[in-house]
Amino acid sequence: MLTRLLSGDRPRSLVLTVILLAILGALAFAPFLFPGVRSLETAARICIFIVLVASYDLLLGYTGIVSFAHTMFFGLGAYGVALASDAMGRGWGALAVGTVAGALAAAVLAAVIGMFSLRVRAIFFAMITLAVASAVAVLVSQLSAITGGEDGLNYSIPRELTPAFRLGEVMGVRINGKLLNYYLVFTCCLVLFLVLLRVVNSPFGRVLQAIRENEFRAEAIGYRVVYYRIIATCLSASVAALAGSLFAIWLRYVGPDTTLSFTIMLDILLMVVIGGMGTIYGAVIGAAIFVLAQNYLQTLMGSAAEATAGLPLVPDLLNPDRWLLWLGVLFILSVYFFPTGIVGRLRTGR
Amino acid sequence: MSVAPDHSPTFARTSLAERLSRAAPYLLVPVLVVLGFLAIGAPSSWLTLTVSGLAMGMMIFVMASGLTLVFGLMDVINFGHGAFISVGAFVGISVLLALGSWTGAPSLALNVAAVMLAVVAAMIVTGALGWAFERVIVRPVYGAHLKQILVTVGGLIVIEQLIHVVWGPDEIFLTRPETLKGAFTFAGAAIEKYRLLAVVVGLVLFVAMRLVFTRTKIGLIVRAGVQNGEMVEALGYRLRLVFIGVFIAGSALAGLGGVMWGLYQEVITAGMGEEMMILVFIVVIIGGLGSIEGAFIGALLVGLLQNYIAFLEPKLALISNIGLMTAILMWRPQGMMPVVEAK
Repeated sequence: MLTRLLSGDRPRSLVLTVILLAILGALAFAPFLFPGVRSLETAARICIFIVLVASYDLLLGYTGIVSFAHTMFFGLGAYGVALASDAMGRGWGALAVGTVAGALAAAVLAAVIGMFSLRVRAIFFAMITLAVASAVAVLVSQLSAITGGEDGLNYSIPRELTPAFRLGEVMGVRINGKLLNYYLVFTCCLVLFLVLLRVVNSPFGRVLQAIRENEFRAEAIGYRVVYYRIIATCLSASVAALAGSLFAIWLRYVGPDTTLSFTIMLDILLMVVIGGMGTIYGAVIGAAIFVLAQNYLQTLMGSAAEATAGLPLVPDLLNPDRWLLWLGVLFILSVYFFPTGIVGRLRTGR
Repeated sequence: MSVAPDHSPTFARTSLAERLSRAAPYLLVPVLVVLGFLAIGAPSSWLTLTVSGLAMGMMIFVMASGLTLVFGLMDVINFGHGAFISVGAFVGISVLLALGSWTGAPSLALNVAAVMLAVVAAMIVTGALGWAFERVIVRPVYGAHLKQILVTVGGLIVIEQLIHVVWGPDEIFLTRPETLKGAFTFAGAAIEKYRLLAVVVGLVLFVAMRLVFTRTKIGLIVRAGVQNGEMVEALGYRLRLVFIGVFIAGSALAGLGGVMWGLYQEVITAGMGEEMMILVFIVVIIGGLGSIEGAFIGALLVGLLQNYIAFLEPKLALISNIGLMTAILMWRPQGMMPVVEAK
């Protein structure tokens, strides 16, 4: 039963199994284990990024194509919910319409981009997605009449999902709408994650891996490489859009910085590479480590910068604003030395 | 025994349609200029827009030429190219700011000397940086596109952040040297002097590049290397050395482009390279990977179209480049003049 749920792709390493179970447990009981607003925010962020990163891994790790437009799809989902809630008023219907519309729009856009670039050569795809994603980001921040521009959009979601909705207390933790909202996010993310696991372990996923390993041979066996790549792109885009919708429902706010910026794209890339390309489980570990580090390490950098204030240049390098610098270095080093990431290491290091 | 069929080779003249389709990319720029004239109507604003479009196109071409050659020659896609643009701009502008008394003087000789010094400094620094980039970042990942993209993006981020560390997090504003400020009127149209200079520099560079490629031995080797690298190596040329040279030259050109762009915008930010990369990629794609002429035409198209559209329909300007790219790729999926066969 469990194996079936995991689509036959068990973690295949004792340490990995323990870590994954620990993360699953921590996320499932986050409100009770780590009470507090900030830790709940972190937990929800981890859930959503796990799905986002896993969907990106379907593209990068399994199909072997680089996209820079993943945040664009993520943003499409988020803005879908925001615009629908804005236009239709608060309600479950608005959430559903926004989510579906966002996912559909993402799939269509991904198909169009894919048809333009993937039929020539996969490397075009990286460049074109970069160009399109930046154009969309500029467009969103310019069309402030519709999207709220740089300020983004605030909107209301059904009352059952907000802190104002109270149900009582369990084990000293107040059960309110925020908690229900968290469990909505958690459940959806778990389901989406299992769906992705199912996809990559299906015959379709095998074909994708074959294409990654040897495009020419896959074509020679009789698989239409372009179709498979385009379908993978659409699938990954719509899952990313769904993750974006969840993010929008959780935050009750969307803005270009939180959903569309290139920085998030880099975060996703780093999470995939750290966790391990070509393993959906890598997304779990990568996202968990990265979001935790992002939330708590920057504070550490700040204090380190203060401690070294007397030295030349060092405090500048340790300034929390230079967080990206160290990410970049880490990113290059992990591509060179850990191309299989943590999961790959754990699986072979028995 | 049957007789072998007669061998009668014929030299068919290329048909008009074929010659037209070969020349079509060259015709696009004049066609666009004429269309712009018809759409805008007023000759004076049309002239202003055309000059600024050409200036912009020339600057983009300077930045894009290195990238397209590097790709054509060694199948290396360098997403970190934008970092050289930023670094070039920052080094060049720092030199200009340090030579404040030269740039402030209303003397053409001193101004030009200051700009030349800035350009040389920027090109030396970005060339050296390109050499280091090739050695440290690109060399270990030859032949693996996926890793190349990832690693060079990482390099872009690191260099951009180092600019923040060295020059501080804020953008730097500057003013152009005295004699390059202002505009003059020609046929009723105001033409900024600096834009005209940018057009001239770009044209000179393009012609020089073409001469190098068509008239010199090194140019011959590079062109042959783009078409079939293995064959060139089999003939005994060390293509790797040539490639490193091209990489360094391309980086230095990106640095030059950065200085020119900085002087054009009169403000520089660490993120400018990243922003320009988008345009550079569009130009390289529509030009056809590996083609200098294609990049030249593509850059002019992008520059002109952006200026015309910004005048006619300001809202559309944001997506005009994407639209151009879509149109060109529908017409020729490989770009206008692909040199490298799709791999």
